[in-house]
Amino acid sequence: MSEWWTYRPSNFLLFSPRTYYRLFELYNSEIWPGQVLALLVGLAMLALLGNRGPWQGRVISVALAAAWLWVAWAYHYARYATINWAAVYFAAAFALEAFLLLVLGVGRGLDLQAKAGWNGRAGVGLVVFALVLQPLIGPLVGRSWSQVEIFAIAPDPTVVATLGVVALASGWPAWLLRPIPIAWCLLSGATAWVMRSPDAALMPLAGLFALAIARGGPVANRC
Amino acid sequence: MKVSSFSRRRLLGSLAAAGAAAALSPRTGVAQSDALVTRPIPSTGERLPAVGLGSWITFNVGYDEVARASCAEVMRNFFDAGGRLIDSSPMYGSSQAVIGYAINRLGKPAALFSADKVWTTPGSRGPAQVEASRRYWDVPRFDLLQVHNLLAWQEHLPTLLAMKASGQLRYVGITTSEGRRHREVEQIMRTQPLDFVQVTYNVIDRDVEARILPLARERGIAVIINRPFQQGALIESTARRRLPPLAGEIGCTSWAQYLLKFIISHPAVTCAIPATTSTAHVRENLAAARSPLPDEAMRRRMVAYVEQS
Repeated sequence: MSEWWTYRPSNFLLFSPRTYYRLFELYNSEIWPGQVLALLVGLAMLALLGNRGPWQGRVISVALAAAWLWVAWAYHYARYATINWAAVYFAAAFALEAFLLLVLGVGRGLDLQAKAGWNGRAGVGLVVFALVLQPLIGPLVGRSWSQVEIFAIAPDPTVVATLGVVALASGWPAWLLRPIPIAWCLLSGATAWVMRSPDAALMPLAGLFALAIARGGPVANRC
Repeated sequence: MKVSSFSRRRLLGSLAAAGAAAALSPRTGVAQSDALVTRPIPSTGERLPAVGLGSWITFNVGYDEVARASCAEVMRNFFDAGGRLIDSSPMYGSSQAVIGYAINRLGKPAALFSADKVWTTPGSRGPAQVEASRRYWDVPRFDLLQVHNLLAWQEHLPTLLAMKASGQLRYVGITTSEGRRHREVEQIMRTQPLDFVQVTYNVIDRDVEARILPLARERGIAVIINRPFQQGALIESTARRRLPPLAGEIGCTSWAQYLLKFIISHPAVTCAIPATTSTAHVRENLAAARSPLPDEAMRRRMVAYVEQS
């Protein structure tokens, strides 16, 4: 792309905010009551975070990988790509993250330490936020309840919940699991910003918070 | 005598336009012509209404049936008011498919002047993309194909010119937007047998007045104008202000008409392509293509009024 410096983020917005949020409305309507199942999976994952055991990391990794794979196919590829040709690449990135979760999380086994220090609690807090509070933000800033974004259904809460879980993990596999979610936080924030959504700062702030709580935490347990 | 559906639509459109003009005249004190201002395509003399319809963002609604039906209504109002040229691109998401849906829903209006683009690299992918676009539109052939933002133009232009020579296409053009690569645009305009060039021009962004618009007149190239409202920003910034008295002198009842009349009154401009999701706005936009249009002195006053605030 020549003269790339002359382009603004709004030059890349292909759709109106109405079309973008209506996509969630139609998607939610088409997969109902899948949202209930997704929420139950999320709550089960949250409960498991507090019960450290040999299968904890593997089971949670499978749940997250399934969520990423579903979002890759059902949201990005099957729906978002109808209004944004770049969404096929987002679908590929989400599928890659699902693959990484399976290889690193199930193959190696993520060592999750929910009660290890303040950042462990902050990680759990991020998961709770993604499951319970984040879906409420859209309606709170004026969007319809029918357009609600839910963990394992929509990308944003899925990404934030994953960053919360990864914040509890120790070792280098956790760092391999962060680039795609962090990149999505920036991309989602940029999309919301050019659409002038009042909650545009949410995803970049969630990404920054996830990086901040990742910095010092699990290091003490590496040996 | 058999009256085609196109003729009936044009007649109804003219009657509607006459009604609208009659309703407007008492307020503005300006006698407006019922007929839309048309401009010739220099290479053939075929005339086009000076206001067309863009599809960037507005028609990219995916498979949302409600929104698709709404877009079809916008197009119905566009044709009823006498519009012809609709512009799209493979870059615009589902816009091409939505236009195709609407064209079929409206019974394939004979007035349609289909303008699309090729936007892919390498150039060898061009013919496949053009064919995919044609299927989305569901038209036998495009009236106009343009190389979008000059992407791989060295490869695409020979392909498009060959299509034109073999009758698979009527006109060939290039596009740019927001002032990018104007020197290269000029070079192509000087060296290639173009029918159309598409550029950004509005009351604020007037770079093309210096070289590209005069060059288009000199070379006999039709000019399509994109971003007439700076992607909505001009409408937003002017919405808080009252129309100046001079707007009444040229029959403007809204800022959109003020901005469009400024553009299409430039003698080198063939057609401006505002995009909208509103049936009222599409009619308002088309109404801007009725005389009177501002003369050069009035155009300078229009610029001064917008710039001083």
